Amino acid sequence: MSALRESLGFLTSRLRQVGIFVALILIVLLFQGLTGGILLEPQNVTNLVVQNSYILILAIGMVMVIIAGHIDLSVGSVAGFIGAVAGVMIVHWGWPWWAAIPACLLVGALVGAWQGYWIAYVGIPAFIVTLAGMLIFRGLTLITLKNQQITPFPAELRALGGGFLPDISGGTSVLEWLTVILGVGATIALLIQAFKERRVRRKFDLESEPMVWFVIKTTFTALLMLIITFLLASYRGTPIVLVVLAVLVIGYTALMNNSVFGRHTYAIGGNLHAAELSGIKTKAVTFRLFVNMGVLAALAGLVFTARLNSAQPAGGTGFELDSIAAAFIGGAAVTGGIGTVAGAMIGGLIMGVLNNGMSILGLGTDYQQLIKGLVLLVAVGFDIFNKNRGGGGGEMGKRFKLKTSPSPAQEQPAPAAGEAVEAGIK
Amino acid sequence: MNTPILQMRGITKTFPGVKALQDVTLDVNRGEVHAICGENGAGKSTLMKVLSGVYAHNTFDGEILFENEPCNFSSISDSEKRGIVIIHQELALSPYLSIAENIYLGNEQATNGWVDWRKTNLEAARLLARVGLDENPVTPVQHISVGKQQLVEIAKALSKEVKLLILDEPTAALNDEDSGHLLDLILHLKGQGVTSIIISHKLNEIRKVADAVTIIRDGKTIETLRLDEGQITQERIIRGMVGRDLESLYPDREPNIGEEVLRIEDWSVRHPQDHSRMVVNNANLHVRKGEVVGLAGLMGAGRTELAMSVFGRTYGTATSGKVYKYGEEINTATVSDAIRHGIAYATEDRKHYGLNLIEDIKRNISLAALRKLAKHGFVDKNQETVVANGYRRSMNIKAPSVAAITGKLSGGNQQKVVLSKWMFSDPDVLILDEPTRGIDVGAKYEIYTIIAKLAAEGKAVIVISSELPELLGICDRIYTLAAGHITGEVPIAEATQETLMHYMTKEKE
Repeated sequence: MSALRESLGFLTSRLRQVGIFVALILIVLLFQGLTGGILLEPQNVTNLVVQNSYILILAIGMVMVIIAGHIDLSVGSVAGFIGAVAGVMIVHWGWPWWAAIPACLLVGALVGAWQGYWIAYVGIPAFIVTLAGMLIFRGLTLITLKNQQITPFPAELRALGGGFLPDISGGTSVLEWLTVILGVGATIALLIQAFKERRVRRKFDLESEPMVWFVIKTTFTALLMLIITFLLASYRGTPIVLVVLAVLVIGYTALMNNSVFGRHTYAIGGNLHAAELSGIKTKAVTFRLFVNMGVLAALAGLVFTARLNSAQPAGGTGFELDSIAAAFIGGAAVTGGIGTVAGAMIGGLIMGVLNNGMSILGLGTDYQQLIKGLVLLVAVGFDIFNKNRGGGGGEMGKRFKLKTSPSPAQEQPAPAAGEAVEAGIK
Repeated sequence: MNTPILQMRGITKTFPGVKALQDVTLDVNRGEVHAICGENGAGKSTLMKVLSGVYAHNTFDGEILFENEPCNFSSISDSEKRGIVIIHQELALSPYLSIAENIYLGNEQATNGWVDWRKTNLEAARLLARVGLDENPVTPVQHISVGKQQLVEIAKALSKEVKLLILDEPTAALNDEDSGHLLDLILHLKGQGVTSIIISHKLNEIRKVADAVTIIRDGKTIETLRLDEGQITQERIIRGMVGRDLESLYPDREPNIGEEVLRIEDWSVRHPQDHSRMVVNNANLHVRKGEVVGLAGLMGAGRTELAMSVFGRTYGTATSGKVYKYGEEINTATVSDAIRHGIAYATEDRKHYGLNLIEDIKRNISLAALRKLAKHGFVDKNQETVVANGYRRSMNIKAPSVAAITGKLSGGNQQKVVLSKWMFSDPDVLILDEPTRGIDVGAKYEIYTIIAKLAAEGKAVIVISSELPELLGICDRIYTLAAGHITGEVPIAEATQETLMHYMTKEKE
């Protein structure tokens, strides 16, 4: 009885995480069918990665900001502004790429510090500060560019947007061997890591995952990585920006899961007052989150500019909405405290596959926007449904904890916790 | 006179896995004040939710007769139509709206959809006169005291032609004067034919107003005591509520008191918004190794404010005074400074200030001392689990594992998580603010045992509590506060509820 309930509880608690992943797979299969196999052609897979890379980079910073209970509406404008700055530095002033890139990231950090100051230390809500930032940095973009695009950029910078790792076989092989080596290596590393973590959880009696599930999940992930490796290797190899993205995802996942800073971020979003009273310097953490967001926005701006080979007055418009949507589809909570970098990446990929698939089908941006909006609504609606069903809705279900009326899940433990609000016996 | 107005028969309400109410019977006569007593979690609030339609009629078993007619309520508005109005413990007023607007919220005095302000304010003024509240109906509710807000709630109930008024712990947040006023009002309304059900823990209040007392324990009706049969006595109510005698409520301990650990001198704190108000005024106190010191005081005396201002200035402005530890002055201007100097403060409001309710047990326990578990800024998760498992065992936290979400734990287990968190920060001084609030009697005993153990380990413990018997049961020495002044320092041997109450109500000379 209890074993059955446990495994049922386990599945419902993972419903959200599994659901979003399954949704991505289904969407991929759907468009694979609708486009007659074009979607998963090696060239298109490579395109998918490159096209979405800057949204994914932004989504990493965005989900962190959202976990802390804030929002950033300015990232699109900041990315555009950094593109403009890069244009001036590299094209007008003739700076080499190795000087211009760090300089641009520094400007991004300063932009983030500016916004972080108003949010963390002055106490203006992030929504207002970054709404202002959205206008301010769009204005600065136009001023910097004098309303004209800057182009062309040198090949070294363009490689950041559209370049590939070198082909070590010298162009003789069908497959790019470096990509194969990297992909297989990463898969093996993933498997080792998964088994290691499971062993540790076993040791501390924290394991709730049934063996069958673990095997299915791990095998599936490994297979998926090998398939992507194969697809990339049979076109032009590994895009440089994918390497950048992989490093960021691994690094930021570790940061959010295991570092003191990451833990403090979750604590602030989960309960700001409790975090403060636990000695966390909440203002400093918030400030750093926005500096980080500024740096990542700058990086996204550089990648975007490099890909277009042009700094444009309207560059980055709407990026903020795509990255926010990615974070929420990926399971982040509006009220803070919940979300993962990996989730945001899957959310971003869902948006990306939708964009790409619908473009191949020849649907206009009108229908694309309509469908993307509906997907966002359904993804978040699924969470609410999951939560109101009560029981093992899991932590994801709590993302709207303040927005909805008291759910059965909160009222049910009345005999234990519900009546705990009654004051002590006099 | 003894005609029943309300009869609840065989009420059984089940939540998944738990029987919250089991065959509960409640008979209330017309025109009486009927008190309902019981421990936390006994099922009082659930019973009132059943009565007022918060739980729809098809979600429980049993029948309800109101004025001899069966009730099938699906929502609160159904029960209000019949004249049953419930006033919850947390007041449901909108702070920015005026008194009159709040009274007629959801029941606007309107013609053709347009609010008739003249009528609204006039009628509101009439109702305010009836509850004895001397305020202008257009005053925003946030500008009046909690005691007066409680009266506005009652005026709101009266506007709905109330026949049966249910008050859930109406005096929990009120001072003695306001409580007295409220109880007088309940008696006054009784004279006008309004029947009341009052949920309360305060036995002196029950003795003052109740004509009958129904005791509920573990979701079952224990008995109904009637005043005219001479049954309402404190001993009998307590015995009914607890199911055992009072003596065993506190663990035995042998105090082993050493040198002075913390001393606070000339401590003054001003109100964060109203800078002219001294919330704590020139307070001096100290606590020694192995000692449990109580801080007693009525609502608004400044106990929590004193503690929080010492703990990283988390309350108040223009704080002045000195804090010494082992005779040396220390700086506690930020929370991390206070923690570094070995001070811990476990809040009275663990849901809003103590825990991250969407996070698991181990991450809550490690939060205040995360750096102890970290190398180069990265947390050793295995070590964290080991630590949390240690506390789960030693504190007897009842949860499937340390990966359980704290929001799903009972009040007592949540409190144990909060205490674990502060014990892990390895403090020399623990300030525990209402450590047993919202916890049932069994878990209270465990918390007292933990406090005794902390003192035996040589920690200095300061306990803030509104429950005098609790302070008398666990402390070695008790300070009393009144209006921001420390008005007394009483060794436990000389302390009684009467002497403490005398100091707690003492005005400054």
